[in-house]
Amino acid sequence: MRIQIANGRVIDPANQLDSVTDLFIADGRILAHGRAPDGFTAARVIDASGLVVCPGLIDLAARLREPGFEYRATLESEMEAAMAGGVTSLAIPPDTDPALDEPGLVEMLCYRAKKLNRAHIYPVGALTIGLKGERLSEMAELVEAGCVAFSQANVPIVDNAVLMRALQYAATFDFRVWLQPIAPFLSRGGFAHDGEYASRLGLPGIPVAAETVALYTYLQLAQATGARLHITRLSSAAGLRLIEQARADGIDVSCDVSINHLHLCDRDIGHFDANCHLVPPLRSDTDRDALRAALADGRINALCSDHTPVDDDGKLTPFSESEAGATGLELLLPLTLKWAREAGVALPTALARITTDAARIVGITKAGHLAPGARADVCVFDPAASSAINRQTLRSQGKNTPFLGQELPGRVRYTLVEGQVMFDS
Amino acid sequence: MRDPQLNKHGELQHLLTLDGLPREILNAILDTAAPFTEVAEREVKKLPLLRGKSIFNLFFENSTRTRTTFEIAAKRLSADVVNLNVSTSSTAKGESLLDTVDNLCAMQADMFVVRHAASGAPVLIAQHLQNTGRDHIHVINAGDGRHAHPTQGLLDMYTIRHYKREFTNLTVAIVGDVLHSRVARSQIGALRTLGVPEIRVIGPKTLLPTALEQLGVRVFHDMREGLKDVDVVMMLRLQNERMNGALLPTPQEFYKVWGLTAEKLALARPDAIVMHPGPMNRGVEIDSAVADGAQAVILPQVTFGIAVRMAVMSMLAGQ
Repeated sequence: MRIQIANGRVIDPANQLDSVTDLFIADGRILAHGRAPDGFTAARVIDASGLVVCPGLIDLAARLREPGFEYRATLESEMEAAMAGGVTSLAIPPDTDPALDEPGLVEMLCYRAKKLNRAHIYPVGALTIGLKGERLSEMAELVEAGCVAFSQANVPIVDNAVLMRALQYAATFDFRVWLQPIAPFLSRGGFAHDGEYASRLGLPGIPVAAETVALYTYLQLAQATGARLHITRLSSAAGLRLIEQARADGIDVSCDVSINHLHLCDRDIGHFDANCHLVPPLRSDTDRDALRAALADGRINALCSDHTPVDDDGKLTPFSESEAGATGLELLLPLTLKWAREAGVALPTALARITTDAARIVGITKAGHLAPGARADVCVFDPAASSAINRQTLRSQGKNTPFLGQELPGRVRYTLVEGQVMFDS
Repeated sequence: MRDPQLNKHGELQHLLTLDGLPREILNAILDTAAPFTEVAEREVKKLPLLRGKSIFNLFFENSTRTRTTFEIAAKRLSADVVNLNVSTSSTAKGESLLDTVDNLCAMQADMFVVRHAASGAPVLIAQHLQNTGRDHIHVINAGDGRHAHPTQGLLDMYTIRHYKREFTNLTVAIVGDVLHSRVARSQIGALRTLGVPEIRVIGPKTLLPTALEQLGVRVFHDMREGLKDVDVVMMLRLQNERMNGALLPTPQEFYKVWGLTAEKLALARPDAIVMHPGPMNRGVEIDSAVADGAQAVILPQVTFGIAVRMAVMSMLAGQ
């Protein structure tokens, strides 16, 4: 189908494009911008006057909960959420049940996603079997099955010798390894940032050292092994400093932050709001401010939703007994816009963090930008409208977010995947 | 964000924590408790204030002592009391906390007295009752995790007021395992609200919460420095499982450094009082000579505890 998106403010950060123009799409690809190519007749013209047209968003962490946690969410429900959120590419963490440690599982997941024909998925394979930190997974086979990187999700490897071997093995093939800095013993039994607020509430704390100790270890091992390391869900200013030092020492490492940690701090837990039970924990306001500044100037490379739908039963319990995580696919764009406005970040820069910069981390080349020939994954949103975040509006099966009840900036109007309009509000 | 323990008129709906509880309410509870201390002296120790009310002692964590004091307080107010040790019943069968609450609500409960190992559990129950429009049911926190033990904090305040009359000229020291102590958090909250100018906390770094100074206290590690010229010494209980391991080497060393002995107590003001929430570990936190000495007010604390709990119950649910 041939589509013309007319009169929108087309922002393509990868190609420094920001102008009001038309976008032409044919055969699932971007054909041109500006003037219609010779002989182009649109089967559908989308009037994007007053709207922003940007690459479909790329999310570095979207848990779709299959296989194993279908009572929390399904591919069907979460793909609808992705479409409503303008997210067209999803990196899938391996913490399913069973974990994504077998080629057959990954193939099944890719097959199911393809059949649904919504967002593209990019599975991140388990670095070790069952995420147990003991035996390496079949990385070469997993990549053939569709994995784009390897990770332990939130489950740190206890034995650093195993971690080093895993990094070496991945480095053999130049595979990417995504690690979340969690020191297993320092974080054990904790549920909130070890600071004044957790002390007041009597919530067992997780010290910043749980992040920095692990991070330092990972960085040293990455240097020793030559592994391509990406650090997920940075939470502290001290962690950020370690990454900056490592880069100064010539270690090539990228990192991301979640939408929740970009906006919230430990005080937002309020009266034990279990929706603020997250991994890593929400840290102090100074940590959050450091993360915001680093995302603005690119020291933090990308922003992600860390989408983790949890059912009500998992949250309607005391804070320390609740399931960690927050739904996020439908909040990725609104919270990016909110941050950009509050922090005075130019819209193209802000959108880069959830499109082209994220694409680079996953290794996606044919999406995340709008150059002719690119896959026609497009998000069209109204920057002047707002989105109400509540149980009725969220399409994700998980209604768990600290932003429940809030009105956030921006509203997705159209989501296109490979040139097909998959969402139209 | 509304304080979950106050109703929309700012009145006490539940008692969940002393941290942030308005001074007028705190004082009102202490004032209400005063006449109840006399009820215990009477031949007939009963008042009809809660006649016909059903109070459920919902204990997810074992405690004979605290449960008994709540039971006595409720019975002296003529309420019907049902004791539930949930640790041994429903949750063992997989029932969720709020399912248990809903079931008991269906049995026409008027009040829950809740003890739970998780910080914030009674807050969750109170929020659940509010969200489901059951504002006539009240929750009293009888100790949740490390968070709060407000009736203990109140009876401690009652005891201090009884012996010292004023709060605004006092130096108070809290000694021991503050990290795991819901009692200490409630004490600190109340002492601050009542205007105590100097609140000291004494203990090893392993047993003090992070950023404690930001809660408005002075932190000491040396007993002799910390006890100097204090008016009130509040000892905390050290749990057995914390005595040997990564937090403390041995109970003997703890006693040697932080145990309250007559010699260390002599550094406090001569009229200083010594308090302990019980049960005491003699020879670990406190020497018997001090526990049984003239400055100890540990047994009066227990007696006042009944009156304070009667005050809270009658203020929440009394006609």
